[in-house]
Amino acid sequence: MPKIKLADSTVQTIREICKKYDNKEGELINVLHNVQEKLGYLPAEVQEVIALELNMSVAKVYGVVTFYSFFTMIPQGEYPISICMGTACYVRGAEQVLNEFKRQLKVEVGQTTPDGRFSLSCLRCVGACGLAPVVMVGDKVFGRVAPQQVKDIIAEYHEGCPHEAKSA
Amino acid sequence: MEIINLTIDNKPVVVKKGTTVLEAATSIGIHIPTLCYMKLEDLNIENRPGGCRVCVVEVKGRRNLAPACCTEATEGMEVNTHSIRAINARRTVMELILSDHPADCLVCPKSGNCDLQNMAHRMGIREIHYKGEQSSYRKDTSPAIIRDIDKCIMCRRCEMMCNEVQTVGVLSAINRGFNSVVAPAFEMNLDHSVCTYCGQCVAVCPTGALTEVDETGAVIRALSDPSKTVIVQTAPAVRAALGEEFGMEAGTLVTGKLVAALRRLGFDYVFDTDFAADLTIMEEGAELLNRLTRHLQGDPNVKLPILTSCCPAWVKFFEHQFPDLKDVPSTARSPQQMFGSIAKSYFAQQLGVRREDLVVVSIMPCVAKKYERGRDEFSVNNNPDVDYAITTRELAALIKISNIEFRALPNEEFDKPLGESTGAGVIFGTTGGVIEAAVRTAYEVYTGKELPRIDFHELRGMEGLRHATIDFNGLPLNIGIAHGLGNARRLLEDVRSGKSRFHAIEIMSCPGGCIGGGGQPYHHGNSEILVKRQQAIYREDSNKTIRKSHENPYIKKLYAEFLGAPLSEKSHHLLHTEYFDRTK
Repeated sequence: MPKIKLADSTVQTIREICKKYDNKEGELINVLHNVQEKLGYLPAEVQEVIALELNMSVAKVYGVVTFYSFFTMIPQGEYPISICMGTACYVRGAEQVLNEFKRQLKVEVGQTTPDGRFSLSCLRCVGACGLAPVVMVGDKVFGRVAPQQVKDIIAEYHEGCPHEAKSA
Repeated sequence: MEIINLTIDNKPVVVKKGTTVLEAATSIGIHIPTLCYMKLEDLNIENRPGGCRVCVVEVKGRRNLAPACCTEATEGMEVNTHSIRAINARRTVMELILSDHPADCLVCPKSGNCDLQNMAHRMGIREIHYKGEQSSYRKDTSPAIIRDIDKCIMCRRCEMMCNEVQTVGVLSAINRGFNSVVAPAFEMNLDHSVCTYCGQCVAVCPTGALTEVDETGAVIRALSDPSKTVIVQTAPAVRAALGEEFGMEAGTLVTGKLVAALRRLGFDYVFDTDFAADLTIMEEGAELLNRLTRHLQGDPNVKLPILTSCCPAWVKFFEHQFPDLKDVPSTARSPQQMFGSIAKSYFAQQLGVRREDLVVVSIMPCVAKKYERGRDEFSVNNNPDVDYAITTRELAALIKISNIEFRALPNEEFDKPLGESTGAGVIFGTTGGVIEAAVRTAYEVYTGKELPRIDFHELRGMEGLRHATIDFNGLPLNIGIAHGLGNARRLLEDVRSGKSRFHAIEIMSCPGGCIGGGGQPYHHGNSEILVKRQQAIYREDSNKTIRKSHENPYIKKLYAEFLGAPLSEKSHHLLHTEYFDRTK
């Protein structure tokens, strides 16, 4: 595995997050959430620092990162797109919506577009089943999405200056 | 103590509160099938993830079936272990597990010893009704252990051993659902990880997912090469377990038959690692006394406690986990490596054979010995001191391949000079043995008096951490013993923080010491087997006329003719080593 060298400031950031949770092993998931929020993804080197800080094995950290679909080891696009595959969204056509995103962005789930703009992932239930099927772009939630709307959603962000992109 | 009354298959049973249905059933001779569950009673080791669901039973009044291993017995409970519902569910579970398992039993290294195969046989599975996806992973080969993860059934026994017992933390369950598997972080190869090769994962794996690297083919080729002189050494713990592979009772000593078998396999000289164990005591004992004397004289630079260094997994463990303490353990090489070094110098000279033409094979209860023999510092001009290290199990396979009727063999004696050993050498095979052997010699050298007794019962046992104080003529020598790397870690942390009050500590990676090594016949979760092996080792010790390493006549001769004295320059060169910081 090719090694990346983390900047000292990045290591410092990770350490501070761990410290915020008293370096407790039981807070691993919270730590991972916080770190991913700051760095966008959780590469191996970052997991190694977290393991050291929480005094647990890297294998265990990696086990948790790979268990939850929310965590990713691949750098996210500027606008991460997540399609909910929970039961409610699924039965209301989330798969067709996902396929449309794949087709238009020419990427598979877990990948990022070559220009680094969009990444595509699946989620398990965001707790908005009434709006099924649900798509999230960054923090913004799109409800009752039909495959026909996919083009517009992408276009909204392609302009470079998406309105309300970061707020729900 | 609260008492619980229940019935299992209509038989009444009375148990303590907190007992599981599985344990309650076992207590009245009803053996509910299990797969992921494993309990090593005498070692306080338990794996109970409740994951496989093979042990499900029907409980009257309960809607769903209950996993017997994780269900507590309650008052008035009526359990049926073989209702049609339970049998069907159990078979479905087995068939689902088998549907994602390679059906290559005929050529699998675990064949005949596989818990999954045995369970399928016991349940009479004749057809798998579920056709689905099959996992396909890369095979990971390291110097000692092979991971063939297509065969993993997610029982997580290895993960428990690696994390909870050994605190090495290499293996963890990763991914989710069908893709979940046990692997090192980032699915790296074992030889890139901090794996110690202790082999406890191999010892408990129910299937062929984790096995040792097989060197039997290479040994057969060496034996059939007329240009080579092939000699063999056998570790102490092998003689207390090999018989199990041939249907003999656990704890049967087979030393004489072992020698006879090795001779029939074609080894030119059959020697004993116990000889090298005696040699280890001479060097390590001298080092202990040297450090102790300097300590008593007030030398502030002396490192105490001294830690034993015979166990290669333990050595690799501290090189990864406690590199700051790498000058604390004894510098003495392990008996395997001392033997190889002496064989390819002293003995090769005696024979008039070039070291390149002398092949040294080890029979070890251990898989880490395969890794150890390959360490760079243990070779001269790219010729290793030990050429091959095979496990007790591999030796059994060699004997079977060679059509040798093991049980019918006569008892034979080891060859001289490297086959002569004392009782002190034998007890290296169990936890507590190395330090007891060291005490027998160090006491007499230090005090100049004969030991009033030879058996140190206070150093023996199966508890993971033990300690005792031995009176060295007015000097109370504090001794610590740890087996299992998790226990070792606890002692090491005290050494690191300066809290340790011990003068000497013995550490063995495997629970029970070498008798419980990763290369021994599979115990299938029965820790009584380890207790019996331990008793056999002490029996062999008390049967010996000479029981102190420094009284071994061939050891005396070796020092007189070749080495000079313990810790001499020649000894340092041939019998000692250095350790490396592996965090870099």
